[in-house]
Amino acid sequence: MFHSETGVFKTSYAADMALFPLPVARWAIAGLAALFVGVVPLMFTPYLMTLLNLVLIAVVGAIGLGILTGYTGQISIGHGGFMSVGAYTAANLIVRLGLPFWLAIPAGGLMAALIGIVVGIPSLRIKGIYLAVATLASQFIIEWTINHVTWISGGIEASIQVPPPSVFGWKLQSPVQLYFFLLFFAVLAIVATLNLMRSRIGRAFIAIRDQDIAAEIIGIDIFRYKLYAFAISSFYAGVTGVLYTYYLGIANYEQFGIDVSINYLAMIIIGGLGSVLGAVLGAAFITILPEATRLFLTDFGGALFSPDTIRRLVPNLTLILFGGLIIFFLIVEPEGLNRLWRNIRNYFRFWPFSY
Amino acid sequence: MATNAIEAIAGERRRVQLAVSGVSKHFGGLCAVEDVSLSVAAGSITSIIGPNGAGKTSLLNMISGVYKPDTGTITLEGRDITRARPSEVAALGVARTFQNIALFGGMTVLDNIMLGRHVRMKSGILSSVIYWGLAQREEVAHRARVEELIEFLQLQDLRKQPTSALAYGLRKRVELGRALALDPKVLLLDEPMGGMNQEEKEDMARYILDVNGAWGTTIILIEHDMAVVMDISDRVAVFDRGRKIADGTPGEVQRDRAVIAAYLGTRQERAEAAE
Ligand SMILES: Nc1ncnc2c1ncn2[C@@H]1O[C@H](COP(=O)(O)OP(=O)(O)O)[C@@H](O)[C@H]1O
Ligand SMILES: [Mg+2]
Repeated sequence: MFHSETGVFKTSYAADMALFPLPVARWAIAGLAALFVGVVPLMFTPYLMTLLNLVLIAVVGAIGLGILTGYTGQISIGHGGFMSVGAYTAANLIVRLGLPFWLAIPAGGLMAALIGIVVGIPSLRIKGIYLAVATLASQFIIEWTINHVTWISGGIEASIQVPPPSVFGWKLQSPVQLYFFLLFFAVLAIVATLNLMRSRIGRAFIAIRDQDIAAEIIGIDIFRYKLYAFAISSFYAGVTGVLYTYYLGIANYEQFGIDVSINYLAMIIIGGLGSVLGAVLGAAFITILPEATRLFLTDFGGALFSPDTIRRLVPNLTLILFGGLIIFFLIVEPEGLNRLWRNIRNYFRFWPFSY
Repeated sequence: MATNAIEAIAGERRRVQLAVSGVSKHFGGLCAVEDVSLSVAAGSITSIIGPNGAGKTSLLNMISGVYKPDTGTITLEGRDITRARPSEVAALGVARTFQNIALFGGMTVLDNIMLGRHVRMKSGILSSVIYWGLAQREEVAHRARVEELIEFLQLQDLRKQPTSALAYGLRKRVELGRALALDPKVLLLDEPMGGMNQEEKEDMARYILDVNGAWGTTIILIEHDMAVVMDISDRVAVFDRGRKIADGTPGEVQRDRAVIAAYLGTRQERAEAAE
């Protein structure tokens, strides 16, 4: 992610293959860690903490979708469905069996992975837009099932209340407490994915995306690896669902509708497909955008519109911005925000010899 | 004693490693390959020649599992691979390159060749995600083997270049590297020298001979350059319109009337041979 090659020589393969091979990068990581662990929780208002918490949850989901769509080239418009599978699995286990978070979260992820594998089966035969439609169908089937099977959804308005996660007997309730909880999982997702993508399985995913015939010829069992990608990606989605459930204190399928599936696609497209950093940037951008639009309009739109109009305007304006940005990034800058970051980085890469 | 050893080696070299028998492949009304048989000795270099559209690439596609033959069987060391999937054939030690280079363009030379080691590596999802420990040790160990190949193919300076940025001849070389990374028993090369200049062709011919000599890899080669083919091949099979019309040592094939008529000779020789 961070590079400055001036005056650095790598001597062993292990060092050359390290996640952050350069000292500069390790310093930058340490700086970021200090910022997010020390400074942010002290400086941010509860409102900003809440917004940041939503970003952290979205980071996990966007990275997961990025593994499937960005790295393996298999589109999914059904990730909202996988999130709700995770959410309801965990909520039921928490409420009925009293499972702690460290069991409920992987359980939600695993159940979503299982469903994800089933949804991924058609990917052997169908590609592109047809696969998109199949995953979209799964979204509706999952929504319908959760809504109609009261054994899963608990009856009243298909929602299940869950207690906050507790660590060593501490209940995590305030935005700052939840922040550290969510930060842990976001960092875990980032590191796990960076590791995955620099080893055998991750390379195979990219190979399938770039050249499926050649991938098969060098011995990659395409079907198996597509299913791996679906499983891993929906595991992340399931975990995202559980985290969101903890954040809200309630599991509700309406929180994971088709609009959520599309938002997550927007995140990875705008952030830059096939990049973990891109997914992180996209998750932050798409989560903050509606809030930024709202704040902007209430601060500056008052002269033109009544508060009532503004309230109705915000969701529509956000949608227009989403649509416009997706089209912009698909056509003009397919590498997304990640590319903008790279341009900045490349400038400093050989700093101080950047001419 | 010494003669026995030599005979044993000679016997070993004559052992049939890959056998294609009575294989046909149709596309609609078109007969791309018709009743072709070919047996390839372990450790040999076999060239397939013939005009465009003769069915050479289709035969390689059937061996590597991309196409399923309509009739006939293909065996590798006695094991039937007629219906095997490409990934299964690769896992059995058959590697190949393509007529129109099929590299992973966005990836570096290094990653392309590392991908060639896929079937030799084992890390699963969990150890990959954790990385430190098992997966890292595996990555480093296989990186060492890949570096040997990079050195062998003189690609050291290009390691971290994306392959899409390389010149045509170099891309062909990287693709050879990716195939070699599988440590193949059998290597299928589809026009590895196509579109190359004389110097690049000589380099490629040397790599092929080195691979065959140093590792005893069995090689099946499709190539149009007759000088190269006759120079490096142990056996030459000649294809024309889906059929194998001749098969023998380079010398035998060059003297074969049918081959001269169809393919090799000058216009006058072809006319004479056809009478
Ligand atoms: N997938 C395919 N679909 C239809 N026709 C094909 C296909 N593959 C090869 N052919 C046809 O089979 C014939 C032999 O092609 P090919 O094996 O590529 O010949 P060569 O490699 O000797 O030039 C050609 O006429 C070609 O058009
Ligand atoms: Mg061909």
